[in-house]
Amino acid sequence: MGKTLAEKILSLKSGGDARAGDIVIARVDLAFAQDTTGPLTIRQFQAGKFERLANPLKTALFFDHAAPSPNRELANDHQFMRRFAKETGCMISDVGGGVCHQLVAESLAKPGDVIVGADSHTVTAGALGAFATGMGSSDVAVVFALGKTWFRVPESLKISVSGELGRGVMAKDLVLQLIGTIGADGATYKVLEFGGEGLRNLKLSDRLTIANMAVEAGAKAGLFPADRVTREYLNHQKRGEDYQPLAADSDAVYESRININLTALEPTVARPHQVANIALARELKGTKIDQVFIGTCTNGRLEDIATAAKIMKGRKRHPPTRFIIAPASPQVLLDAISAGYIRTLVEAGAVIMPPGCAACLGLHQGVLANGESCLSTANRNFKGRMGSPEAFIYLGSPATAAATAITGEITDPREVM
Amino acid sequence: MLKGQAFKFGDNISTDHIIPGRYAYLRSNLPELARHVMEDADPDFAAKVNKGDFIVGGANFGLGSSREHAPLVIKMAGVSAILAKSVARIFFRNAINLGLPVLICDTDGIDDGDKLEVDLAKGTVYDKTKGEKLTFSKLPKVMLDILSRGGLVPYIQKYGDFRL
Repeated sequence: MGKTLAEKILSLKSGGDARAGDIVIARVDLAFAQDTTGPLTIRQFQAGKFERLANPLKTALFFDHAAPSPNRELANDHQFMRRFAKETGCMISDVGGGVCHQLVAESLAKPGDVIVGADSHTVTAGALGAFATGMGSSDVAVVFALGKTWFRVPESLKISVSGELGRGVMAKDLVLQLIGTIGADGATYKVLEFGGEGLRNLKLSDRLTIANMAVEAGAKAGLFPADRVTREYLNHQKRGEDYQPLAADSDAVYESRININLTALEPTVARPHQVANIALARELKGTKIDQVFIGTCTNGRLEDIATAAKIMKGRKRHPPTRFIIAPASPQVLLDAISAGYIRTLVEAGAVIMPPGCAACLGLHQGVLANGESCLSTANRNFKGRMGSPEAFIYLGSPATAAATAITGEITDPREVM
Repeated sequence: MLKGQAFKFGDNISTDHIIPGRYAYLRSNLPELARHVMEDADPDFAAKVNKGDFIVGGANFGLGSSREHAPLVIKMAGVSAILAKSVARIFFRNAINLGLPVLICDTDGIDDGDKLEVDLAKGTVYDKTKGEKLTFSKLPKVMLDILSRGGLVPYIQKYGDFRL
């Protein structure tokens, strides 16, 4: 009997024959925390009286959720994390370094890796064929110390993709439709494994968006095979040696199968306060939006900013609607400057944030007021997520976000392209 | 035997309901952070809850962020166990890692304010108010062992490694 991607990776890393339902101990190739989970991770590490990291070069701390620090308390947390990095020799990405998941994709994740992070969107690296999953601070602290953790080998749902995305339609629309179809707990404890001939039409940036949101259906991981697209991306990142092909066996066993035809998708939006609460963008025409936010581990990449810039070229944002953009990494920011996208967007009335999570989680750089509505390219629209529990968050693609910035109300991007 | 009152919540209670991201600046000041437990689901919860009480959720309890502060502030509020129809996986693992029991059972029949008695060893919930008995799913051995040591860090301190 063949193996799913999850079974293959966990077999390799546990040194056994890992099958769905088994409990295994697996070696971990990268463990990390960010600046809102890092301090507790370090405190649990200290509480366990672990004296040293199992692998300092496979351990990282990222400053992205509240960086540069917006207040004294978080500044103290940053200082605490810097001290730990200095004492232990782990990798550190300080203020302005960018969003952890983007940096993991650009520089660290490899096909076949097991990656754990004290952040639920660690699943993003599944786009590169890494078994990557979010955990809490205690689990990650123990991985810091032991270099391994336990997993229940998950069942997998096979998502077969065909066709190609139409004009104005993006990977975000695919993943929102998928979550809307299977529900916010449609994949709890399971893996969403993507395959099908349509994958060749999904760039690595598309795959990162999709894998990133696997957790919004409850999934433990969102996994893509490592193929030509993966190899080209790693070559582009000057990490060609990190590539190895990885595919599920043709006779692997899946709990269920879902087919998605990319050609049939339309711009999609998640309405407050649940990601699975989807509608088509055109059905929400007339919904007034106070703030548009493009960025995050979901949609803060060069391709996302390029899409927005092409729509905004020569146009202005709707005057009362604020337009905030946060590139996910310094590489994204520099490439967006070189390509002229940043100039276009600033001329259109956008404000550019430093590389990081920015407005996504209600800590700084675009906190919403009571009663306000935001169209965001992030991954969560939970009540209170962006600061006010009385605000309303709609999630959409960068194309939908740019179109909405022009009109000040939720707009199908095909109307302005 | 755990005894207390049920605080009933609906489906899809997220980690942002339990402890919103806007309070991240309090994460190194846990007593202050804990004052905001469940604030966006029930602003009066912190004032009403007593030691030993239960949080009773519906489906997909604890979805969202990996923040272990969510089960941590629930535990600090004195809650003795969480009962839900289903639980998001990171939250589930985090709660067990802190020694906070999470019991998967059909919670539809439990109402806010019901008096409950939970027998962890037998795997039963007795709703004293309704006179009804429920059973909950057994945890895998590794999780039972972690729970019985009071959490993951004390478990690893005791054994030095995972034991399957």
